[in-house]
Amino acid sequence: MSDTAIRVRGIEKSFKDVHVLRGVDFDVERGSIFALLGSNGAGKTTLVRILSTLLKADAGAATVQGHDVGSEPGEVRESISLTGQFAAVDEVLSGRENLVLVAKLRHVKHPAAVAEELLARFSLTEAGDRRAATYSGGMRRRLDIAMSLIGEPKIIFLDEPTTGLDPQARIDVWRTVKQLADGGTTVLLTTQYLDEAEQLADRIAILHRGTIIQNGTLAELKQLLPPAEIEYVEKQPSLEDVFLALVGDTGEADAAENADAAADASARKEAR
Amino acid sequence: MTTHAIADTGVLTGRSLRHILRSPDTIITTAVTPIALMLLFVYVLGGAINTGSDESYINYLLPGILLITIASGVAYTSYRLFLDLQGGIFDRFQSMPIARSSVLWAHVLTSVVANLVSVAIVVGVALIMGFRTGASVGAWLGVAGILVLFILALTWLAVVAGLSAKSVDGASAFSYPLIFLPFISSAFVPTDSMPAPVAWFAENQPVTSIVNTIRALFAGQSVGGEIWIALAWLVGILVVAYGFAIAIYRKKLS
Repeated sequence: MSDTAIRVRGIEKSFKDVHVLRGVDFDVERGSIFALLGSNGAGKTTLVRILSTLLKADAGAATVQGHDVGSEPGEVRESISLTGQFAAVDEVLSGRENLVLVAKLRHVKHPAAVAEELLARFSLTEAGDRRAATYSGGMRRRLDIAMSLIGEPKIIFLDEPTTGLDPQARIDVWRTVKQLADGGTTVLLTTQYLDEAEQLADRIAILHRGTIIQNGTLAELKQLLPPAEIEYVEKQPSLEDVFLALVGDTGEADAAENADAAADASARKEAR
Repeated sequence: MTTHAIADTGVLTGRSLRHILRSPDTIITTAVTPIALMLLFVYVLGGAINTGSDESYINYLLPGILLITIASGVAYTSYRLFLDLQGGIFDRFQSMPIARSSVLWAHVLTSVVANLVSVAIVVGVALIMGFRTGASVGAWLGVAGILVLFILALTWLAVVAGLSAKSVDGASAFSYPLIFLPFISSAFVPTDSMPAPVAWFAENQPVTSIVNTIRALFAGQSVGGEIWIALAWLVGILVVAYGFAIAIYRKKLS
């Protein structure tokens, strides 16, 4: 098998009169992080849905782990995991039950042990037996990603993984994504945040009006513009730097976050 | 793949049954309206209704009440299915190596379990209110079989509604006409007391043959040809609704 994990050639898709994808081509190398950058409505989600066998393309071909998404969807599903735009967790179930559910559906051995291990890895042990509905946005996203890791899929699709998250939760997600790629997992993520692509991706493709208008490493993309002129600028801390300095690092935030989410949940209950 | 399909359906059915256990009110509310109707018809209106038989009115009424219970209960299936579609969980299941039909079957089997529990509650109240039957074990099994078929048929209709709904209200609104249908049938009063056009409708719509069959089974009488009409309706609705549901489901995925 070649070193290409995902190969996309001439993919087109229309919804009624709207031509969402107009011939998309790109390759994703095994074990790399590939960012699909584009504004809202650029067709990122449509493309991810096609690659994860949720939608059929009108034209073109795509292979995932060597399997055609159109003709071998079963094989494709064996090797992928999708973390959609909206946290795909069951709110009625607890975090632990969500993990066990997916573990059973993936037919892994010892679902309970797998769930336990992932709860610990994503700092959710304490919240493990609470209903996912009581989780904060960041916790929900962590649970969502944890669910996607069960069964060790070769390729993970992350559709706007940090949309709606606070800066700390965002950094948490970034760290997880990097760890995944270090472990050999291929990650295709979509984002509308430029800094996210810049932080994470080995290669970045810009999807605009249904086609890839640029595709390269960060350095290559930067070369598209005239060489940088050297200017002396006083280094000002960004608001994010200030915020993170004030609230402390991300690791210890978890206990407070747990308490916070619990307080939120009980406040909601009282409001009812 | 098929052994997986069964195991996956089992896992997913466990999931939605857990949903019901965490909100048992869905079963209670399903049972409350039929029980209220039963109280109303037996203790308020029943005295003035002449069914033309020596049976107590509750014996006459119960079959129709059970159908109303199921008709309102299946609305929760479209509701739960709609919520699954709204959240990302449905996409997650679809992108996993599990049989796609198991996602729908899990909801359908959950509906069978939940509705049978509601039906059992209603029968329990009916017994307290004086419902008596000399039905044999075979007749009871016959009643249970017809009710399960009725649940399956209406649940697949509910799946159609849940898959094609645009809003939560829309997802459950389909059940209102189903709940109303027993009123224009032999469920509450004999059809020959109705004006000719209404009577014609009542006699030729599915509820009447189903109600008459269940009533005959409870009374220990022979069901006659009516059971075949009832079964034809039930299987017919089931097949058509199932076909529509699967077609819509496939279309959603292309």
